[in-house]
Amino acid sequence: MINRNEILQTIEMIDQQHLDIRTITMGISLLDCADEDIKRCADKIYCKITRFAADLVRTGEDIEKEYGIPIVNKRIAVSPISMVAGSCSAEDYSPLALALDRAAKAVGVNFIGGFSALVHKGFTVSDRRLISSIPQALAATERVCSSVNVATTRAGINMDAVAIMGGVIKEAAELSAGQGGMACAKLVVFANAVEDNPFMAGAFHGPGEPECVINVGVSGPGVVRNALLACNGEPFDVVAETIKKTAFRITRMGQLVAREASRRLGVPFGVVDLSLAPTPAVGDSVADILEEMGLESVGTHGTTAALALLNDAVKKGGVMASSHVGGLSGAFIPVSEDAGMIAGAERGSLTLDKLEAMTCVCSVGLDMIAVPGDTPAETIAAIIADEAAIGVVNGKTTAVRIIPAPGKTVGDRVEFGGLLGSAPVMPVHPFSSREFIARGGRIPAPLSSLKN
Amino acid sequence: MKAIVTVIGKDRVGIIAEVCAILARQGVNILDISQTVMQDYFTMIMMVDASGCAMKFSELSELLSSEGEKTGLSVRIQREEIFEAMHRI
Repeated sequence: MINRNEILQTIEMIDQQHLDIRTITMGISLLDCADEDIKRCADKIYCKITRFAADLVRTGEDIEKEYGIPIVNKRIAVSPISMVAGSCSAEDYSPLALALDRAAKAVGVNFIGGFSALVHKGFTVSDRRLISSIPQALAATERVCSSVNVATTRAGINMDAVAIMGGVIKEAAELSAGQGGMACAKLVVFANAVEDNPFMAGAFHGPGEPECVINVGVSGPGVVRNALLACNGEPFDVVAETIKKTAFRITRMGQLVAREASRRLGVPFGVVDLSLAPTPAVGDSVADILEEMGLESVGTHGTTAALALLNDAVKKGGVMASSHVGGLSGAFIPVSEDAGMIAGAERGSLTLDKLEAMTCVCSVGLDMIAVPGDTPAETIAAIIADEAAIGVVNGKTTAVRIIPAPGKTVGDRVEFGGLLGSAPVMPVHPFSSREFIARGGRIPAPLSSLKN
Repeated sequence: MKAIVTVIGKDRVGIIAEVCAILARQGVNILDISQTVMQDYFTMIMMVDASGCAMKFSELSELLSSEGEKTGLSVRIQREEIFEAMHRI
């Protein structure tokens, strides 16, 4: 039998260290919803989502109560809409975003991802229409998330797409200026996007996925940090071992919840995503873990090494605990969603350049970063290009979710509320990248892509 | 279905009786009890069998936590599998 210390340890993790299942995400294929008439297509999308996900939220809540483990989010990822809408004759895809938003509200999920296009090698007609619909679609909806994949290790970087996304982000910010550029918090630009990511805003149901699937994302920065309190002053071997053991426990719980949700919903289990996802709550921070390793303030020298160790140990511990690991699987470093990162940025120890370096060794990228509202579109595009280059050359996923906060400048703060938190506006380099971005074309795939 | 009930709160007369009475009314059978008092704090862990319980497990969980709150106790019931998953390979 389980002994009392183990029981109390589990309860303490949940009660005091913010241990939770971050998300149960149902992936639904919408490829059979294609229709020449966009209104009919929207109706089919709404009907399919509300039919498949009717019991998702209730099942999640039941599991939560029975096992006593909070499941913070229930979400839906759908096929990239550019593929679904390919046969529509309409130019503007916003009606499909509105249908997704209505469906999300009807089934009670807080985000629905997949207003997406995969353009790493080039655009279809539909991809272009979708991308130009993004600002309007995100400003007009509350729960829809969008992502665009602009690069892969196999295909290189589509610099035309990178340039366009710089402008799309600016436009999305301006259309949602009243909420601090909130639309940009729902838009991710990827390199090497994964098809089974359960985390928002970048989740979509990839073309290689089954009809319907359940993916689960675990969390628990607070638990890892608490475990490290016991290894004060110990060498890194001990630190890595401790993180591995903790990650194993957290992931086992994720696997249990994933299996149970899959069984009750009658939907196949996909993957557990082993990510350390912070929230703005005090004590639920990835930055705190790095500081616990001995750094005075996150972003100072040593931060990249500390993050590399953390990211690797989380994967090593988690991989044995789950039958299928996938998604992004790594530590997240979203600035606005992590109280420690916010403090680091405000203190000046955490800069955009350091964050870029950190993304070389963790998932995912420059995430939830506010920059001045007057940042040129070309500068944002160049930031995306840098991040894509890191992903492409290292064969990993990278992403940019950046908010050029309208009317704000360095020193201001943008409030998004809830899990999205609040972001201090960080400075960007004042030197222009305009001519670099104006070149367009494709940056060829790296030599490391030729593996056959 | 086996489950673990944990009761944590400031020690006073009658805690065990109150919790056991609720469980008995709902047809939950107690298999094992262990309890201690540490620095005035009462901690009780019970292994129970809830297969004879008429209400849904999630309702039982809500009932226990709301009854506990009335008297300042944290009372929770969780299916045993979560502890097995976390602490046993």
